[in-house]
Amino acid sequence: MSFMTNSVEIRGLSRAFDGNTVLHDLDLDIPEGEFVALLGHSGCGKSTLLRILAGLDEEIGGEVTVPARRSAAFQSPRLLPWLKVWRNVVLGLPGRSDRELAAKALDEVGIADRAGVWPKTLSGGQAQRVSLARALVREPELLLLDEPFGALDALTRGRVQQLVAELWQRHGCAILLVTHDVEEALLLADRVLVMDEGRIAHELTVDLPRPRDLTAPEFVTLRARLLNWLGVTRTLEGTPS
Amino acid sequence: MTTKPLDPAVPPQQAAPPDDAERPGRVTLRGTVRTGRRLTIPRSVRRSVGPVGLILLWLLTSATGVLPETVLASPVDVVRQAVELTRSGELPDAIAASGRRAAIGFAIGASVALGLSLLAGLFRLGEDVIDSSMGMFRAIPWVGLIPLFIVWFGIEETPKIALVALGVTYPLYFNIYGGIRSTDAQLVEAARMMGLGKLGLITYVILPSALPGALVGLRYALSTAWLALVFAEQINADAGLGYLMSNAQQYFRTDVIVLCLVVYALLGLACDLAVRILSRRLLTWRANFEGGA
Repeated sequence: MSFMTNSVEIRGLSRAFDGNTVLHDLDLDIPEGEFVALLGHSGCGKSTLLRILAGLDEEIGGEVTVPARRSAAFQSPRLLPWLKVWRNVVLGLPGRSDRELAAKALDEVGIADRAGVWPKTLSGGQAQRVSLARALVREPELLLLDEPFGALDALTRGRVQQLVAELWQRHGCAILLVTHDVEEALLLADRVLVMDEGRIAHELTVDLPRPRDLTAPEFVTLRARLLNWLGVTRTLEGTPS
Repeated sequence: MTTKPLDPAVPPQQAAPPDDAERPGRVTLRGTVRTGRRLTIPRSVRRSVGPVGLILLWLLTSATGVLPETVLASPVDVVRQAVELTRSGELPDAIAASGRRAAIGFAIGASVALGLSLLAGLFRLGEDVIDSSMGMFRAIPWVGLIPLFIVWFGIEETPKIALVALGVTYPLYFNIYGGIRSTDAQLVEAARMMGLGKLGLITYVILPSALPGALVGLRYALSTAWLALVFAEQINADAGLGYLMSNAQQYFRTDVIVLCLVVYALLGLACDLAVRILSRRLLTWRANFEGGA
């Protein structure tokens, strides 16, 4: 038992769709401020788990405790096309739309100059940054990320991953990142969970110093172990001697 | 390729590349950028060639007597009538009377359509009760209701306004309802995640996403309003464009009839233009195909 307070506590969680069980009696704790990556094949239940934590799916069995202040960013940015970028950022916040607050959040993700444009004029990476700003402006204790880098090109992805790492260190919120990219999980997370058939099948604590080096031998070893758990057999190319 | 063809049935000329136009599996992409001094006619000119040509043809056949006045008055007479009736005040009065009917009928129909489509679009119960009934009523041709409306409302203004209202209701209802129901579930989810309540979802997500559909419905509704008015004003009108037209019919005045038809058309066009301008203003956020070539 850890003496840290938990941000997320899940006990005996199960979820079925039309008699088809997707989550089996799942237990999970996420301490405050921890960055957890959730890996797994498509259909293993990782997105279902994230939707439940987001409060978007309430037909569940078991007990889930989450912070009231939580927000999310998804694979597609899901900005409202009829609201200017800055209005999207502060949408749903209590009180009047505060442009200054939006500008500050947009500045933090590096696109303060795009505050007054329509979302349609943004590139994929910019839109994803707005989506992150919208999530972070709510000062969440838990940030849920559902493959937020999945639709980005490789160069943009690297930059946005770096941004997420910085934002996490600055805000100190707990993050649950759903992904199927093993390297992304190892680059960002404190702990990597591998889900299989609705259960947490494996767990790995990543004790590597940040920023992490993709080519470090420890990194490569962890990657091999995760790939093995995921059932991907691959010989290690380019292992440093 | 330097290998010899394996199949002797392949004709020898296939091995050697033929002229580039005929090479199989290859296409030549020709750009559309024009160089040189090719004469280009502006699009607006090209578009007006057809209508202007037809009017010239009309003018010519009338002037030469090929098109007798009893069939169709010459455009010159139509214009002369327009000037005369405007000066006497008959035409402006008629337009005002017809416009009033169209406006009142439209306002009633639009309110009913808006109310019903919101109820049906936002609530499951509303959908079950309203949408099937609307589907049933739509199957009735609304022009066919004129006799019933005369029985119910008499022959004064009421049946005319009611007919316009009815004609307006359907296109608006179905387009707004469809627009509400085609709201992107992912956006609703994201907005809920950002803390929007039911009312916030309706104002910030559902209604804006129904707006493009509603504007298409508005265009249909306005053209239907004028159409309904043409039908409605055949009922014992004592004022309005329909009255002017049925009077003209009694005296075989094709020039006045044509004039009234032109006025109906112009009013319809003006409404359409207004909605298009409104759409452009309201939908600047859309990333749309603007039409190519």
